Amino acid sequence: MIPAEFDYLAPDSLQEAIQALADGGEDAKLLAGGHSLLPLMKLRLATPALLVDLRKVPGLHGIERENGSWRIGAMTTHSELEHSEQLGVVARAAGTIADPQVRNRGTIGGSLAHGDPASDLPAVMLITEGSVTLQGPGGQRVVAANELFQDYMETAIEPTEVLTEVRFPVLEGWGFGYQKFNRRSEDWAMVAVCAVIQQTGDICEDVRVGLTHMGSVPLRATAVEEALRGQSLNAENIAKAAQEAAQGTSPPADLNASEEYKRHLARVLSRRALEEAAGLS
Amino acid sequence: MSVEPGGEVGGEITKIASEHAAQNGADAAAPSNHVGQAMRRKEDPRLITGRARYVDDITLPGTLWMAFVRSPEANAKIVSIDTSAAQEHPGVHAVFTGPDLTDLAGPLPMAWVPPGIEVNNPEHWPLAREHVRHVGDPVAVVLGVDRYGVVDAAEDVVVEYDALPAVTDPEAALEGPPYVHEQLGTNKVHEWSLPNDRLQAGFDEAEVVIERRVVNHRTAGAPIEPRGVLADYRAGSLTVWSSTQVPHFVRLFLAILLGMSEERVRVIAPEVGGGFGAKLQMTGEEVLAAWCSRKLGQPVKWIETRSENMAVNHQGRDQIAYCRMGAKRDGTITAFHVKIIADLGAYNMLLTPTIPALGAFVMSGVYKIPAVHTDVVGVFTNKCPTDAIRGAGRPEATHMIEVCIDQLAAELDMDLLELRRKNFVPSDAFPAEMATGVIYDSGDYDKSLDKLLEHVDLDAFRREQTELRQQGVYRGIGFSTYTEICGLAPTRVVGPEGFGNQAGFWESALVRVHNTGAVTAYTGASPHGQGHETAFAQIVADKLGVDPSVVEVVHGDTGTGPEGRNTYGSRSLAVGGESLARCAKKVADKARAIVAHQLEAAPEDIELRDGKFSVRGSPDRGMTLAEVAGAAYLNQVPEGMEPGLEETSFWEPENFVFPFGAHACVVDVDAETGKVKVVRYVAVDDCGKAINPMLIEGQVHGGVVHAIGQALYERVHYDESGQLITGTFVDYALPTAAELPSFELDRTETPSPVNSLGVKGVGEAGTIAASAAVTNAVIDAVRPLGVSYMNMPLTPMRVWEAISEAQGRKEGVSA
Ligand SMILES: Cc1cc2nc3c(=O)[nH]c(=O)nc-3n(C[C@H](O)[C@H](O)[C@H](O)COP(=O)(O)OP(=O)(O)OC[C@H]3O[C@@H](n4cnc5c(N)ncnc54)[C@H](O)[C@@H]3O)c2cc1C
Repeated sequence: MIPAEFDYLAPDSLQEAIQALADGGEDAKLLAGGHSLLPLMKLRLATPALLVDLRKVPGLHGIERENGSWRIGAMTTHSELEHSEQLGVVARAAGTIADPQVRNRGTIGGSLAHGDPASDLPAVMLITEGSVTLQGPGGQRVVAANELFQDYMETAIEPTEVLTEVRFPVLEGWGFGYQKFNRRSEDWAMVAVCAVIQQTGDICEDVRVGLTHMGSVPLRATAVEEALRGQSLNAENIAKAAQEAAQGTSPPADLNASEEYKRHLARVLSRRALEEAAGLS
Repeated sequence: MSVEPGGEVGGEITKIASEHAAQNGADAAAPSNHVGQAMRRKEDPRLITGRARYVDDITLPGTLWMAFVRSPEANAKIVSIDTSAAQEHPGVHAVFTGPDLTDLAGPLPMAWVPPGIEVNNPEHWPLAREHVRHVGDPVAVVLGVDRYGVVDAAEDVVVEYDALPAVTDPEAALEGPPYVHEQLGTNKVHEWSLPNDRLQAGFDEAEVVIERRVVNHRTAGAPIEPRGVLADYRAGSLTVWSSTQVPHFVRLFLAILLGMSEERVRVIAPEVGGGFGAKLQMTGEEVLAAWCSRKLGQPVKWIETRSENMAVNHQGRDQIAYCRMGAKRDGTITAFHVKIIADLGAYNMLLTPTIPALGAFVMSGVYKIPAVHTDVVGVFTNKCPTDAIRGAGRPEATHMIEVCIDQLAAELDMDLLELRRKNFVPSDAFPAEMATGVIYDSGDYDKSLDKLLEHVDLDAFRREQTELRQQGVYRGIGFSTYTEICGLAPTRVVGPEGFGNQAGFWESALVRVHNTGAVTAYTGASPHGQGHETAFAQIVADKLGVDPSVVEVVHGDTGTGPEGRNTYGSRSLAVGGESLARCAKKVADKARAIVAHQLEAAPEDIELRDGKFSVRGSPDRGMTLAEVAGAAYLNQVPEGMEPGLEETSFWEPENFVFPFGAHACVVDVDAETGKVKVVRYVAVDDCGKAINPMLIEGQVHGGVVHAIGQALYERVHYDESGQLITGTFVDYALPTAAELPSFELDRTETPSPVNSLGVKGVGEAGTIAASAAVTNAVIDAVRPLGVSYMNMPLTPMRVWEAISEAQGRKEGVSA
């Protein structure tokens, strides 16, 4: 509960932040909302020698619509996302994160950079088919969400890079559903399923389903998507497609959820999320 | 007309005092009707505005911080400890290990010596000697000038362990090696029984017998303020501030262990942020802080981290009970036998082995069962020790009884409530001698159940339940009609010659009326969140005819009031409050004598009326308490009477008190996922005369949450290697407001004949009652799916597994 000694820096510009990371090497870490990093430091599971706080860096904040896409600054808090209903499934998922205190501090950038497969936003980024912009000493690059999450708490972000913004297409006309299963409302997801559906009449034109905490990274339930795409969106077809939700997953088990239980949850929650997205519930 | 107190000489001082009193309201005549009012808590302004003083808020110049090196192993020999790197750390003054503590007079105390029973009680030192026996067992302490620095230095203490296999399953542990304490050649701590020679006859009479293995899993007290201690040894005296429920016990044991004369030790429990039993302890950390302060000549402070609290603050419950209940076909219960295997963890702490035995005294519940027999076997395992946690043995007992009653009702195909009513101890039977040998003081169980049913329309519920099931919603209702035993006293029963606790169980009080008529009331009880300062002030105020706002209740400091017996076992009000009431009455009696003397009336004719001690029949002839105090301190008292206005009392009751009530819980179970949601909770409690109904509600709220927590969410879990899996609040899932409905509370008032106030305890009642109501509700909900029994914690996965298994069984049968 008492972190190891560290230095602290709150630079005024992105360049300085990147420079500080480069100078600090392996032992330097960015600090955003601190709600993932600080608990790890308190348990001494992380012992960075230098924290580079992004709070004073300009331009990392805000939600804007630009050419059919949403552009969200990395330091935008969960609470701001939650209250931006126009973001659809993103707003909904953000509103289920922990409790108001955590949502007031935690950021979208921090959540994606942390790469925890139990977090809500990573899988949502997969189904919105969004991307992140990374700024490093060598310049800027864009990484698609499906390439961002590499392994358990491992992302494509280099230690010297700052995630500056998140972009994803406006899913105009898509229905969405979000089903998070946890024991207490403030808990991380035991399993969560997000779904978006584009439909014409009752025909499923396109569908995307994302799984949280069903593996070491967030996943797309492609078998479910394939089973439903082009089908008529009735309860029976949805239930049938949802049966495929656990295919190819190896969910991490813990005291309160065995692998088998998680697979079961994935199927139940997929059905519910799809029904919600299709307007059936 | 009131008499002008004070003569020529003292007049001026008295005048100043009375003006002062007028400004502060101390002289105001107050009507004596504060008892029974939902008065707001006197404690709250300082708590709400952050002005309260906890141990961590107290700083002394030159304080050294203490940090622990704790075992990561569940069972290991200590091969070597290298403290050299830690000693080198800047700011570190000393590092101590077990062998350094040679001048302690003895190991940590265990205060239960039951006559005729052997209890294995291996030595338990504040720092491990040669062997560690659970994760978190302390191995060394580091002392230094900086709170963070000592933690860094502690990481540099190198301990080499020779890890041994761990013992984690209490039933397997009874079968033999490995042993937690090798030298004992057994893991058994003790065997204790509350026997009944009619047991066999009771089962012979039975036409139906149900048997259940009832598991009451391990829980944590999890007080919001972890423990903490600041010890200051200087000039031969020791002052210790500790976040404890039992400062008086801590003083005694510190004096003994440190070889100090008791008057030289003062223990203060400042504001204490919750205890729940977890601070009813004489901890090694307290001993170490005091010992180190004496050794180093500087104050020593230790503030527990949450991680430490979850790993090493004693835990509770952890009993496996084999229950057998026998009944006739008509529902008459004829016998109840319980065999408890209690996982006590690695050591005996202050009361460890007594806790599972405590439940035996109410193993009859609210039922007139002719034969009730409890056997307890205590077992050592490589886990944190267990000890008292809110309810301490009685939540387990109630859970067993109330769950078994529902199981029996199902077996008999009888209505749950009809079965209960049939066996209730009837209201005309009190005081009621039970098969367990205890005498229930008062009760009216039908009345509380009737009251509950005013809030819960069971027929309507059953109709709704059927309808909802057709829509796929599994709603269930569960009841718990309970009693418990509290107000711990009398010594004759609980003490050395009875149950075997090595203490007397009276409580003390001192009431001091100041010159101005303001009152300081000292109690030996030591509250930690309950609201004693308010309730006790109400009691004293009414006895003396003043407003509660001018009654300051002082507690938790061995250096001020009389010797005390602290707070636990829902005893504060029934023992401490009554003691204070009697003490205040003594003061009032003296006041009467003084007033009689002043007004030239007979003492018997002086009555307390509208805040004045006045002559019966002429209410305008009287004196306020302030005026009486003026006279008392001017020595204007009757011939032969001592001046001053202050009394001390020690009092202990003749019997325990037995609160009771009826609770109902309604849950919805998501049959697909197993998730349980509490949708309604209705509690009717009877704790005798209500001193402050709002405080009662607060205690019931917290108590019920505590038990809902155990039933659905909370669980301390160790894996097979003895590693603690639930060491943070992410894994140890305390319920939050978001998980709970608004509680519906009501009361009946059946006064206790045991004390003049007619009160019983209520601090633990909610916890004692509620886990069975929740469990019964969940089982009721999923019965149509083929599930007939489940043990706590009813986590989603556990409920889902039970449903899946039952469905599988069904399919198996139909296939
Ligand atoms: C009690 C509790 C419950 C929680 N429950 C949930 C939950 O249910 N669902 C959920 O999704 N989350 C949950 N969280 C996590 C929370 O959402 C965190 O806020 C979030 O995961 C991390 O965001 P942050 O801004 O706090 O990041 P920080 O903790 O500051 O940083 C996290 C990591 O990301 C890095 N980082 C931060 N910003 C950037 C950036 N711009 N560029 C590159 N790297 C960066 C940091 O160096 C660090 O390694 C919970 C947290 C707590 C404390």
